[in-house]
Amino acid sequence: MTADPSPAGAGLASSATTLLRMSGIEKSFLGVQVLHGVDLDLRAGEVHALIGENGAGKSTLMKILAGVYQADGGTVELDGQQVGFEHPLLAQQAGVSTVFQEFNLLPERTVAENVFLGREPRRNRLVDAGRMNADTAALLKDLGLTWLRPETRVSSLSVAGQQIVEIVKALSYDARIISMDEPTAALADEEVELLYRLIAKLKERGVAILYVSHRLKEIFDLSDRVTILKDGSLVDTVATADITSDELVRKMVGRPIASFFPDKLPGTEAGDVRLEIQGGGNEQLDGIDLQVRGGEIVALAGLQGSGRTEIAHALFGVDRFTRGSVRLDGRPFTARTPRQAVRAGLALVTEDRKGEGLVLNQSIAANARLVLDAVLPRRAAQGARRIPGILSSLELVSRGSSQEVRFLSGGNQQKVVLAKWLATEPKVIVLDEPTRGIDVGAKERVYTLMRELSAQGVAILMISSELPEVLGMADRIVVLRDGRVAGELTGGSGDLGEETVMALATGHDVEGTRR
Amino acid sequence: MSRAVAVAGTGKADRRRLGATELVWLALVGVTIIGAILVALDGQNLFSIANTRDVLSRSSLLGFVAIGQTLVILCRSLDLSVGYVMALSSLIAATTMNGDPARVPLAIVAVLVVAGAIGLCNGLIVSVLKVNPFIATLGVGLIIKGYLDTQYQGPAGEVPSSFQQFGFSRIGPVPLSTLVMLLVAVAGILFLRKTRTGYHMFAVGGSADVARLSGIRTGRVLVTAHVLCSIAAGLAGLLIAARFGTGSALVYNSGYDLESIAAVVLGGTLLMGGRGGIGGTIAGVLILAVLDTVFNILAVDPFFKDVLRGTIIVAAVAIYARRQIDRKASRIRFGGDGGSGGSAPPGSPPDSAPGDTGDPVPAGQGGAR
Repeated sequence: MTADPSPAGAGLASSATTLLRMSGIEKSFLGVQVLHGVDLDLRAGEVHALIGENGAGKSTLMKILAGVYQADGGTVELDGQQVGFEHPLLAQQAGVSTVFQEFNLLPERTVAENVFLGREPRRNRLVDAGRMNADTAALLKDLGLTWLRPETRVSSLSVAGQQIVEIVKALSYDARIISMDEPTAALADEEVELLYRLIAKLKERGVAILYVSHRLKEIFDLSDRVTILKDGSLVDTVATADITSDELVRKMVGRPIASFFPDKLPGTEAGDVRLEIQGGGNEQLDGIDLQVRGGEIVALAGLQGSGRTEIAHALFGVDRFTRGSVRLDGRPFTARTPRQAVRAGLALVTEDRKGEGLVLNQSIAANARLVLDAVLPRRAAQGARRIPGILSSLELVSRGSSQEVRFLSGGNQQKVVLAKWLATEPKVIVLDEPTRGIDVGAKERVYTLMRELSAQGVAILMISSELPEVLGMADRIVVLRDGRVAGELTGGSGDLGEETVMALATGHDVEGTRR
Repeated sequence: MSRAVAVAGTGKADRRRLGATELVWLALVGVTIIGAILVALDGQNLFSIANTRDVLSRSSLLGFVAIGQTLVILCRSLDLSVGYVMALSSLIAATTMNGDPARVPLAIVAVLVVAGAIGLCNGLIVSVLKVNPFIATLGVGLIIKGYLDTQYQGPAGEVPSSFQQFGFSRIGPVPLSTLVMLLVAVAGILFLRKTRTGYHMFAVGGSADVARLSGIRTGRVLVTAHVLCSIAAGLAGLLIAARFGTGSALVYNSGYDLESIAAVVLGGTLLMGGRGGIGGTIAGVLILAVLDTVFNILAVDPFFKDVLRGTIIVAAVAIYARRQIDRKASRIRFGGDGGSGGSAPPGSPPDSAPGDTGDPVPAGQGGAR
């Protein structure tokens, strides 16, 4: 006995029923438009893949569906009726559940307690734990997950187990639409298989699944249709069977490389190796080999979670390499704390500007002096004298150096972060997503700065999800996948395209490059 | 099937997890044994009726406060006003009774209502005005202190002898007040395990966002915890009145606020909320009481006594913190565990992974300094 089709479906062939239709969805954040009139429809019993590069608008679209964000324009129809979810709970009650990347579980509670959180069954006004566990067990049995026990504490489950609990929780709300954001990002191969089986079960029941993923293999394994987004616009929605992976990659990235990347300054040449990692590894990374020469810009490319930031953290003493060796200017180097890394001449411009880069309620001047004062007190006074010059060469727009940085735009905040590090005169600078969320003008300024630093012989390691930037700026590109180096490409001109990088990063074979 | 079991998490890890509360009770047994040996070396008996009575009557007062404190800490809050609520309650009880046995029920009701109202204030300030609980309850405590200092220049009121029985009578070696405290503890445990509000306290403390997204009214849960916490402090105030035979404002100097927090944390409840329970708290209270009794018998210097207690509390919490770190291993991709615990066979010890890559310590030439 399979599960009943949706009550509203009234016996129609369930595969053709359109459950949800999003049309002309628009969304802006702080004046930057991230979705330009996107259309998407979901049919009962289909897996609908949503793909696009980082920043293409996938997550935003998903969050609008989930009721986390509200669309600025466009309509969402569920069963032909217009809806607008003002709160995630309302979406959930309407049968639209979302499994986000960050887990929404209480690790200290059991599987059953998490599944029924906020709706615990009661008898005589008291929670009926027996029934709660039995209901959860029934739900799990229905999905063929008999190995998962309702009484197990969630924190003792593997990542895959936790992910599955999330899906079970979503289902327990009688979800007819489940969207999943990169559900395999943290899973091992054999765990992915488990998820596949669960998804097949859901399809059988007529649940529509919106599947956001970067991994082409999964999209071809799982999905019936695929919608491609690029820069916040809809590129196409096609049946997965009718498209090849090459075509898919092309649709995903195919755009002219913007021309605003400045050329190398005259006299810039690759010098001696300043930073070298040999066989670096820890819990997240394995076999990392990497060299950056003075005057060189090396990009670390790869998907989110592929280990890019982890390399930066291990270098900078936030985390550590437990295997392999690191050399700085030819000498063995291990930073146990960021303080040691700064003293050795490293700088790390972090990805999370507001959380890790700036003290938001302090002034520009205080932020710019922060590292100098804290770590290099003997050079502080001398370094601080350079700060105004650095800030003005970065074209910082502010109401004076006493202005609190929280009032600055993203681009100007980033300039303060850069100034803070440049004041320490680093030998090696690691830039983690240096242009994320900043306007075009500030981007150009950051690129120019990178060229200037190269000309001075600074070694630059740039982490970026923006492929045009990677291709436009880097001398060499090291592509990571699942914590390992998937391949190294030489930048500059030539026939190197976004497709090649993307193919390496997603594990879609081009020339038999396999790990 | 065997792989599925691995994904479900190893039973070994599960068993270690469940030990949290039991560990505290084991620690209590350990402390008692060591204490008994030390006392025996001094030629005395820790388990004599008088000493047992001492341990139990010490624990009843702190027990009431710590039970309430457990609830607020589970919700990731805190209550620093409990000492002042105790003092105020003892005064309200003694002055309302004023030596008349017939007024005892009225006094009890008055204490519970006033204490509950203070808890309501604490809860609303924390949940509606979003004031940090540390500051909110400290502020409310200071307001009560000011009132007490201006209104009462010394002991006030008189407790009739019938109610003093609550402080002094015993059933066998067990003081009545300890029995009442244990009853309240059982009620608290049932509350956490059997009511939705109890369930939701773990959720609010574990992650307010998850709780809210699951439709829980987090503010209400927090307010309930604060009201119950203050009422528990009110019960402690009643006990003080019964023991002293009068109400006393100076109780707030006895440090019950911080000591109750210490007992809760010692009992394995996470100061960051979301995990723990009253069972552990009672063990924490008993550990502190046993220590005090042992120190008393051995006539340890009072200042050195505090040094020892402080050391024990810090050491205990440091041990919990280590256990907490161990658990974060779930997102490991390489090394020690053979990858997310997914591929290792369930029974195998974690560091038996084949090859030498699993060594977490830099080997040979690696990890250059």
